[in-house]
Parts: sequence; C-alpha cells; structure tokens
Amino acid sequence: MKILVCVSKVPDTTTKIAFTDNNTKFNEAGVQFIANPYDEWYALVRAVELKEQLGGEVCVINVGPAANEQVIRKCLAIGADKAIRVDAEPSDALFVAKQIAAQASGYDMILLGKETIDYNGSVLGGMLAELLDLPYVSLSSKLEMDGTSATITRDIEGGKEVLKVSTPFVASAQKGMAEARIPNMRGIMQARSKPLEVVAAVDAQPGSKVQSYALPEAKGDVKLIDPEQMDELVRLLHEEAKVI
Amino acid sequence: MSVLVYAELTEGQTKKSTLEAVYYGAQIAQKRGTDCVAVAIGPADEGVLQGLGAYGASKVLHASGEAFAQFQSRTYAKAIADAASQAGADIVVLSHNSSGKALAGRVAIRLDAGLASGVSGMPSGEGALTVRKPVFSGKAFAEVEVLGDKKVLSLNPNSFQPQAGEGSAAVEAFNPDAAPADAEVLKRETLSGDVVPLPEAELVVSGGRGLKGPENWGIVEELAQALGATTACSRPVADTGWRPHHEHVGQTGVAIKPNLYIAIGISGAIQHLAGVNQSKTIVVINKDPEAPFFKAADYGVVGDAFDVVPRLTEAVKRQQQS
Repeated sequence: MKILVCVSKVPDTTTKIAFTDNNTKFNEAGVQFIANPYDEWYALVRAVELKEQLGGEVCVINVGPAANEQVIRKCLAIGADKAIRVDAEPSDALFVAKQIAAQASGYDMILLGKETIDYNGSVLGGMLAELLDLPYVSLSSKLEMDGTSATITRDIEGGKEVLKVSTPFVASAQKGMAEARIPNMRGIMQARSKPLEVVAAVDAQPGSKVQSYALPEAKGDVKLIDPEQMDELVRLLHEEAKVI
Repeated sequence: MSVLVYAELTEGQTKKSTLEAVYYGAQIAQKRGTDCVAVAIGPADEGVLQGLGAYGASKVLHASGEAFAQFQSRTYAKAIADAASQAGADIVVLSHNSSGKALAGRVAIRLDAGLASGVSGMPSGEGALTVRKPVFSGKAFAEVEVLGDKKVLSLNPNSFQPQAGEGSAAVEAFNPDAAPADAEVLKRETLSGDVVPLPEAELVVSGGRGLKGPENWGIVEELAQALGATTACSRPVADTGWRPHHEHVGQTGVAIKPNLYIAIGISGAIQHLAGVNQSKTIVVINKDPEAPFFKAADYGVVGDAFDVVPRLTEAVKRQQQS
C-alpha cells in the first residue's frame, strides 16, 4: 500500500494573528509554525497506522520553501518513510493542487486534512481528485482497508454516511480518524536520514489572491448580569440583542 | 454571462443553506445586471424547484436521472460544471457546507475557474471580483480577489438571511452525461428529528470542562431544548469522550456563526474563540470572573453553572409563555 499524505505548514493554534505592510501580509515575526493539525493528527497518523498494519510506504508532500523542512522532518519522525518538497511559494489552493497532482501518480491513496487552519479552504482534496480523475471522500472520520477497497465513514449535512470506495482515491480526514502521535526519540533520529526529495514546481497559475487582511472588530465591554436575574438576561437577549 | 447556483436538495427539499446560496447568487446577478440560474440535482417535486424563484432564481435546471439519485461528488460536480456551460455562467455559487466542500474544488478544476471558498460577504469590484472570507479559523478576515475568466464562490452558512420575495422559477429538465460515481453508499444516518446541524444552527448552547462530567449535561440539554438550540462542546470535553466529536466547536473542530452562542463552563482559550467569535451574540456563564471568555462576550454571568443554567432555562420558558 502506497499512501501520499499532503501536509501544509501553518501558524501554531495559539498564534495571535497580526499583519504587516499595510495589512497585506501575515506577520510571521515570532510565529511558531507547525504541520497543519488535520494533516498531521488525522491524515498522517492514519496513514502510518495503515502502513504498520498492512505494509507499504507513506510519503509526505509539502509545497513550500526550504524553511518548511522542519515541519516535514517532524512528519518523518512520526512515521512517514519519505518526503517530497515542491520548491515554490504555495500561493493558493489551485496552485498547490496542480503541484501535488504532478507528483501524485502511483499511489493507492492520497490523504489530507479536512482543511488548513490558516486559509480554511477545504477545497484541495476535491481539486486533486478532479485533476487525477479519482473518487473523493471528504470529511472522513474513520477509514478501514479490506484488500483494494476502503470502508470510510464521513460527515454529510446533518449526519454520517458509510461508503465503500476502491483504490486509488483521495480522502480528507478529520477528528475520529486517528489519535495524534508524539514522535519518540528513535523516530526523531531516524527522520534525519530519511529521504527528502526537493522537486521544482510545474508551471501553474493561482486562482485567487489575497488583497488585504483585517482583524475582527473588538467587542465592546461585556455586560454582566446578576446570577439571580436570569429574567433580565432573557429580556436583553430578546429586546436588545434580538436573538431569541 | 449569468450566475449559476447549485441548489442542493435534501430528500427532495431545499434547506436554509440552499436558499442562502440562491439568494446570494441572485444578489450578485442583480448587481451585474444578469440572471441567476439554479441547478438542482436529484429527485424533487416541481413545486419545490419553482419556489426558488422567490429567492431570485429565474430558471432551474433539474437533473433528475437515475445517475443523480444519490450524492456523488464526481457525478454532481460534472453536472454543475455542465449546467454552468449551458447557462453561460461565469460565476458559480455553492454553499460551503459538507457537500459544497466536496464539490467546490472539483467544479473549479472542471471549469478552469478561480475559487474563493467559505466567503461571507457580497463581492465588490466591477470587472475584478473581490470577496471577504474569514481566515485563520475566524481570527481574521481576508479580501480575496478571484482570478480567471470563470469564478467559483462557496458561501459560509449563516452569512446572509435569505429574503423571500415574489416569483416562481421556470423548471427545465437537464440531462447531462453522468460522470462515474465515487463510491458505493453502504449506510446513511441523519441526526434524529429536528436537531439543526451545528454549522447551520442559529442558536447554540455549549458546555466545557466546568460541567465536571458527562452526567451533568442534562442542564445544557434542557436549556438547548427550551431555546430550540443545538448543543456543542469544547475540545477537552470531546477529547475525553464526554460528548461526541461532532459537537466540538473551535479551531480544530467546527467553526460556527450562530445568532446566539451560550458558553457554559468554558474558559475561552484562543483556539475555542477562533471557532465561535463570529457568533452575533455571545453569553458566557462561568464561575471564574477572570475567565478570558468574558472579554469576548456580550453578556456575562459570573456564577455556578449548576445554579445559573436551570434558572436561565426557567426564565426562557417564562418568556416564551408570556
């Protein structure tokens, strides 16, 4: 079983977001970068579990500059066997999808997180599936293999669906798929010598461009209500906030 | 060039997210002096489809053949892209819900279109199209310019209140060649009864570690029931298995934007706030007056949840009876 896992580099979840250059650039100063949690915790760990169970190989792919290699090495420490870095700025989902699609032939399964926690696009999996003409199972929370077919549980609007899909396919992963793993010392040591191939980008145009950023408006002061006065809170929600 | 909207059907009916998408598409079409055409896929009564006219669709292309009976992302995406070509659309609108997330990327590739997903505002600009969307899991917004001759937009649920007007849409049968299915559906379970799924919920009652254990969730459920709200929880609560994973709201769970979010016994870590700070009104109930959540709240109650919440439930019931 050959599995490709797409991993994005994102700011740590505790990052306080700020912008520079007249609000046109994310301020990276002092920011700790991590592998996108959905990619690492769910897609990568499930891929490694399947490899441990059934044999095969897990390859991680990232589109980004050399500075991303720290995040890639962590994925190798968790248990991926090798990695590919496409040497380009990941300008948007369409550009990234075309880069990954160019490297994605010959795998039984392509896994990725359900979204990245920076741009929250949730569209890369669908783009890859369409570019490669493969089935796509979005928002998967459980994946079991049986020969060349997978049984996958995924979220649908207001419920769940259990699907049977044949390899090769693309699936996006979310909570429930696996439990996050912390790399051990042996994994970290081995990661240093695992192959990390750097490839040049293919020619592709982005489909979107961020013009500017803004922070949400600060909330006014909280209005404190006496715990004995819940009728007053209900009145405020009804008459002032007009939400009930 | 018209605007095409994917009008999702759920068991033959249109849900709020569908009406939002149609209304949003119709507003864009109006601004650009063109028509809004909807495409509906799967079985539905003609009356349901005509009803989309009230939200601004002039015409509905209806693909109801056997190949379209069941949601399959590859099949549906091709039908949507084909409908865009037939309608001469240069803008395609979908809802950024579970099915929209499976479709939007595919449709963009099929049409060789630029894409902005999870948008929350009306596009600005004459020729170029720029639209606002939340980024960094709700910690910020971006103004995104969608590039290319064709553009796909997926709309965050609860971003617009669809307004019903007059009018009935013309329904036209639509029979594109069907692309192969992705998978065989073995089982489909929908949440029981009239529970509104979290991303669409207008009222949400959420509990955190302050509730001390799953056996204490009764007070959360009773308040939710009195309000007609959907229940949610914080990450530690889902991680320890007190509540199911699908209830987890926050940066690594579900991001929501209800009209009212009531947080009970949740301290308000930055990751939690990221997923809920787009709520219109936030009520925080916590016995710790220093809980960071109070800074993000509109209304706060400093007190013991086990006293305050039942009292609030009674007050809600009294207000509903008056």
